[in-house]
Amino acid sequence: MNMAEAQWQGVTPEHVSGASSKLIVESVSKWFRTPRATVHALDSISIQVAAGEVVCLVGPSGCGKSTLLDIIAGLTKPDSGRVLADGQLVTGPGRQRLVVFQEPSLFPWLDVFGNVMFGLKLCPELTNDERREVAHRFLGLVGLDKFERVHVHELSGGMKQRVALARALAADPQVLLMDEPFGALDAMTREHLYDDVQRIWRDSGKTIVFVTHNMREAVCLGDRVLLMSRAPGKIIQAFDIPLPRPRSIYDVELVGHAARVADALRGTVGGGVPE
Amino acid sequence: MKRIVVASLFFMALLGIWSIASGSGRWSPVLFPSPWSVAKYLQGALLDGTLVEAIFVTMKRLLVGYAIGLLIGLPLGLLTSSSQMLEDTIGALALGLQTLPSVCWVPLALLWFGQTEGAMLFVVVMGTVWSVIIATDHGACTIPPIYARAARTMGSQGLHLWTRVMLPASLPFLVSGMKQGWAFAWRSLMAAEIYVTILTGFGLGQLLHYGRELQAMDQVIGAMAMIVLIGSLADRILFSPWERFLHRRWGTNAE
Repeated sequence: MNMAEAQWQGVTPEHVSGASSKLIVESVSKWFRTPRATVHALDSISIQVAAGEVVCLVGPSGCGKSTLLDIIAGLTKPDSGRVLADGQLVTGPGRQRLVVFQEPSLFPWLDVFGNVMFGLKLCPELTNDERREVAHRFLGLVGLDKFERVHVHELSGGMKQRVALARALAADPQVLLMDEPFGALDAMTREHLYDDVQRIWRDSGKTIVFVTHNMREAVCLGDRVLLMSRAPGKIIQAFDIPLPRPRSIYDVELVGHAARVADALRGTVGGGVPE
Repeated sequence: MKRIVVASLFFMALLGIWSIASGSGRWSPVLFPSPWSVAKYLQGALLDGTLVEAIFVTMKRLLVGYAIGLLIGLPLGLLTSSSQMLEDTIGALALGLQTLPSVCWVPLALLWFGQTEGAMLFVVVMGTVWSVIIATDHGACTIPPIYARAARTMGSQGLHLWTRVMLPASLPFLVSGMKQGWAFAWRSLMAAEIYVTILTGFGLGQLLHYGRELQAMDQVIGAMAMIVLIGSLADRILFSPWERFLHRRWGTNAE
């Protein structure tokens, strides 16, 4: 245990005691060192996510939102600060926090069913029959039960992300991290997936952190939308989205909320950071 | 079906032209034998056992040399891909030596090992190992890092990560490295067998070599035909199933 961690162990910040916080990010900072320059990517970011909450992170490209998600996942170590999941310090990646990546991350050497089974096989508490049952169920949930034996390259982009979603959900993570998962998809497919995500969220009550640069997407899915500034990334504004679910991205009120976020973002990109 | 008919018609036409040309009497039958005299030689060699013996000796040398080449080349290729320092040293050496045609190793092998099986093996290994390193290295460098990242979030690490993710992810590159190595091993061995004349075993290359010494053109062409046949059969049997599998799974052409 290093000095910083020991120091943290001693004090108990008041918001840690809140049992409803599923995920706590505490003053996380990150620098990237390249031979030519040191980039300050994240500047003491603090976030709390309640159990069953959907939080969307939006910000200009290069603001470090994907880096923040990597740190929450445990794939990247923060240079200072820490991440707590269920009160436990995050020290590395683990299946309590599964990620749906933007790039296709399915394994081409396995078929669709095999991909979903990959994560399940790392769940020692399940028997093989239970694993198969769970894999069938989640592929059904994303509407791909007919495609279990299909190879990954035969799927469309939207189907691949559905499989990735099923793969992540099947292992029953505490938190689902989504890193611009629909960024590379066409608009029609994306709208379908918004419905899927909302339905799955309603049925499973998962805690979700969703990174995107699409305002409407953020407002459609999030209970809260956190706006990040350009590098060094900071949370500069939080928006509550008190709209009933399921939401449609064509809803007039929703568009209004999206416009508010977009206006605030324009302020940050223009250089002036509204405090 | 249609493709098979077209292909067989083509090769039958080729044989037809060959037999007409050799039967025309414009060239001496000693230098330009008919397909039938080559076939007769092959039949005789098959019956008296020389051909089977030669194929057996050649395959044994090839498999041993190839196996050693892979055993050295695959791990080295994976290592050079994972370390910049090894890439700059061993990788650069491999790139340089790969440009050296394998027959150029023969004089050195003869001086070091004499007329022995060791010289033969040395040439095959030297001909194989560099191209295997380069093909494997190149392949392993292009494994998308997203696979390891995704697997790690699902709780895969250590040995599990290597055997269940990195190994299958690098399969297309390992197979292309192995295929490259096979082609080079085969060419090297033929060069070695023609130039290294030894008595411990009489391979296909030596059959070809002595065909020239004896001015037996039917033997020369017969041995060449066998070398072509074995080379393409090995390709079919050893690599086609793998490539079909990769093609089906990855959706890419593994060629």
